[in-house]
Amino acid sequence: MSGESKALADQSRRRFMAKTGAALAVGLGAGVRFIDFPNAHAATGPVSQAQRWGLLIDADKCASGCNACVQACDDEHGIRDHGRARTDAQWIRKVRVRDNTSGREVSLPLMCQHCEEAPCVEVCPTGASFRRADGIVLVDKHSCIGCRYCMLACPYKARSFIHENLKDQKPWSPRGKGTVESCNLCVHRIDEGGGRIPACAESCAREGHGAMVFGDLNDPASPIAKAMGEQPSQELRADLELNTGVRYQNI
Amino acid sequence: MNRTFTIIGLFLGLLVELCSSSAAQEISALQPVIPPAARGERCVEPTEVMRRDHMKFLLHQRDDTVHSGIRGAKHSLVGCIGCHVQTDPQGAAIAVNADGQFCESCHGFAGVSIDCFECHASVPADGQIKSQTNGQASALPQWMSPPALSMAKGISPGSVP
Repeated sequence: MSGESKALADQSRRRFMAKTGAALAVGLGAGVRFIDFPNAHAATGPVSQAQRWGLLIDADKCASGCNACVQACDDEHGIRDHGRARTDAQWIRKVRVRDNTSGREVSLPLMCQHCEEAPCVEVCPTGASFRRADGIVLVDKHSCIGCRYCMLACPYKARSFIHENLKDQKPWSPRGKGTVESCNLCVHRIDEGGGRIPACAESCAREGHGAMVFGDLNDPASPIAKAMGEQPSQELRADLELNTGVRYQNI
Repeated sequence: MNRTFTIIGLFLGLLVELCSSSAAQEISALQPVIPPAARGERCVEPTEVMRRDHMKFLLHQRDDTVHSGIRGAKHSLVGCIGCHVQTDPQGAAIAVNADGQFCESCHGFAGVSIDCFECHASVPADGQIKSQTNGQASALPQWMSPPALSMAKGISPGSVP
């Protein structure tokens, strides 16, 4: 290559570099990024111990014939019965409590009590039963092997085993055969933020009973903490010292 | 000299063209037919990365979501379904694991079973998605993962019920 043509080639290379640089600068200036993610939203969480979610249930306000909370739970989580009452999944059920001496009867909804010292978590061999930092007791169905130790350990009979193949599950509530499940306090609603409350409490309020108050037990300003401060409340089977997240009044 | 180079160049060019077109035909016959995403402008990761690593992303995020309550991060199964679900002529969503659908087309081809949909929903929330033509996807619920929402064409998060 002659000296002249080399000089020309160099010039042309310089021009190319200059143009590319300018194009790159314009591109970057216009907000074009090499790696661009469509996710402009911030993810929520992680949850922390700052909150402890709980429910306060006033048995006096709970109407004996009303099943709205159970229905709302079934609708929210896509729970359908198979006509086999003994084995059908049930996250929440209505219980009638009767004092044999006085004859006084109250009705109350019973579900996972979201214990601090949860026996189900204690006995789970795979770590599938766990307690989230904010106090919600859950089953990680990815690790659940369906052994049902947790169902035996639970003093509240709150858990169900899924015997059937399921279909048409709700996207926010994955459920499937061979795993154990129970009330998750509508964790998808809580994680969503914006003050959404569990479906059962929502339906109870909608029915005008207002027997279920949901909130953060750690926040003294929350309605649940205030209500618990004003009136005595109790844990079911307080003798087991499980420190439940679900409390009852007027039983 | 110059003529020789031109002839060789043309010959090489022809050879390359022939090879590439026959290879392309061969590949298309050997690859699964994957329906294109119905919604969204682009995927959360480049296609090559998703093909290789989607299960790693899903596995990582599912643990974050179940144990730490982290929602709305970008590698969400619901987000995948939100963009990749196809609809039948009536506008009803077709399960992503049904024959020839997005997940199944590849998994069936590779002989890898999908367990996800034994528990997880394989269609968006109410099974109905408006047709693509009017650019609406009002069936997407509010809680559904933000990536799916932000990518959906022609809707702003505010227009979702």
